[in-house]
Amino acid sequence: MPFFPDIFGQALNGLSYGVLLFLLSVGLTLIFGMLDVVNLAHGSFYMLGAYAGLSLIAATGSFWLALALAPLAVGVVGAVVERTCLRPLYRRSPLDQVLLTFGFIYLFEDLVKWIWGGRIRSIPSPDLFSGSVTVFGATVPSYRLFVIAFGLAMAVALWLVIERTRLGAIVRAGVFDAEMTAGMGINIDRVFTWVFAGGAALAGLSGVIAGPIQSAYPPMGASILIPALIVVVVGGLGSLKGSLAGSLIIGQAETFGKAWLPGASMVIIYVVMALVLLLRPQGLFGRPLR
Amino acid sequence: MIVKVVAVAVVLIGLATFPLYASPYPVRLLHEILIWSIFAMSLDLLMGHAGMVSFGHAAFFGVGGYVAALLLKSMPGALGALVLPALAAAVSALVVGFFAIRVSGVYFIMLTLAFSQMFYAVAFQAAWLGAEDGLVGVPRPSILGANLSRPMSFHLYLIAVCALAALLLWRVVRSPFGHALRGIHENEVRMQAVGYAVARYKLLAFVIAGVVAGLAGALYAQFVGSITPDAFFWTASGEVLLMVIIGGAGTLGGAVLGAAAFILLQSLVSSYTERWMLILGLTFILFVLWAPGGIVGAFRGRIGIRA
Repeated sequence: MPFFPDIFGQALNGLSYGVLLFLLSVGLTLIFGMLDVVNLAHGSFYMLGAYAGLSLIAATGSFWLALALAPLAVGVVGAVVERTCLRPLYRRSPLDQVLLTFGFIYLFEDLVKWIWGGRIRSIPSPDLFSGSVTVFGATVPSYRLFVIAFGLAMAVALWLVIERTRLGAIVRAGVFDAEMTAGMGINIDRVFTWVFAGGAALAGLSGVIAGPIQSAYPPMGASILIPALIVVVVGGLGSLKGSLAGSLIIGQAETFGKAWLPGASMVIIYVVMALVLLLRPQGLFGRPLR
Repeated sequence: MIVKVVAVAVVLIGLATFPLYASPYPVRLLHEILIWSIFAMSLDLLMGHAGMVSFGHAAFFGVGGYVAALLLKSMPGALGALVLPALAAAVSALVVGFFAIRVSGVYFIMLTLAFSQMFYAVAFQAAWLGAEDGLVGVPRPSILGANLSRPMSFHLYLIAVCALAALLLWRVVRSPFGHALRGIHENEVRMQAVGYAVARYKLLAFVIAGVVAGLAGALYAQFVGSITPDAFFWTASGEVLLMVIIGGAGTLGGAVLGAAAFILLQSLVSSYTERWMLILGLTFILFVLWAPGGIVGAFRGRIGIRA
């Protein structure tokens, strides 16, 4: 099979893209599950992460320091947005919250243009992973392997936190029924803030590690949001497992689409979504629609 | 009643004679406002009246625009300029609506969003649609023997189509059908129980809104002379949603006010600063937080009229 390395290389590309989508969509799906908010500004947090990473690398000279600090900064921004703007809207219809987050897309994108300019800025990959390696005959940038390993490690860590800790139990309870959870004596308001900030931080993290692959440019937030939303729809709203499965499927579909059907590559993920919705309207791991 | 007729006539005459005393730039702005008003009113029928918040309404705007752009070179009449674009928008809205009306709330938002992005993806990659660059050199039609490449006749044509679209939507909103839509908005389960075929009502509303959006798109392609995939992009759907919210959902007049406010603000702000998007985002956030009824809602609150 002479083209095996080719396929293998593509699959690794798809996997690294899928991992990025996972880090984005996991926050999106948990925020939706718990707060009933479709956070359209989630892509903006991804963009903020990439730019914060850019500046932190320039300031500290270390990719790793940026990787640790940029998500924290984005998480703080997320917490502020939740506290000041989203909280007053929880008593209103969920649509008002969607619209509010849409306003933030414009705000953040223009702020980024203001501070960093509108040009594409490339972000160097860390020295440790600047080369490429050959795996089963396919030449792959080692940074992509790092992204895959890092993303999968994050997935395991998140799973442990959500399935095995007290905090995770509270989050799961909140996703299932926020009002009841509050009734059990949990300070649900604080949990909301933490979940929103945590989701924003994960999106920021995704932005930092995407930086060396995709560079940073202001509309990156608005364009990554759609695949991330499709992942959430395919995987099932509010489901962590679904978010992982959906990310891997969409990551592969988009990457192989680009390679094999360049003329229709952009449509493929929608076809996947339509198929899933036809067969399972609630998504792969979603609870049945009420 | 007579007061209303006179008021409408005065407004129409004022609009029609506008180019006689205004310079070209304000006239261009007026044209933009007219086209976006149609688009915004069509979305208002959906979200303000039927309670279906679509984040993919640009799909039908784009279909109308692309079909007009494709046809006008070979069919310069009303058929290519308005009828077939509207028909194409109706068919697309029927197909999208068939799937989308099965869900509601945020699920409806996400499905409509995804569908419109599908249109975007197709337009962006299909060579026969000009791919990324879209279709350029769209000629202006000649309708009923009038050659619309003359500025004044195009101006009158825009006003006429806009007025007709407004009249159509106004009739729909005031009809028993419109009342049923508001009933569905208030309480879908009860309307179902009372015996309304809720799904059919929603689908029809979706198609009517799609047709009017398609007309707006067709006019837009003729006005600008080109159409690009950006007409489909989801932020276009977001912008028209913004107009409806700023103006006040549930009132067709609010949609017009919102479109006018949006475009005037855009032209005003961009002449002073490059930070138009920042100001737009802030304005929108403030409206959602403190004036969810939009301009119309704020005005009503002030003078104490309940709708």
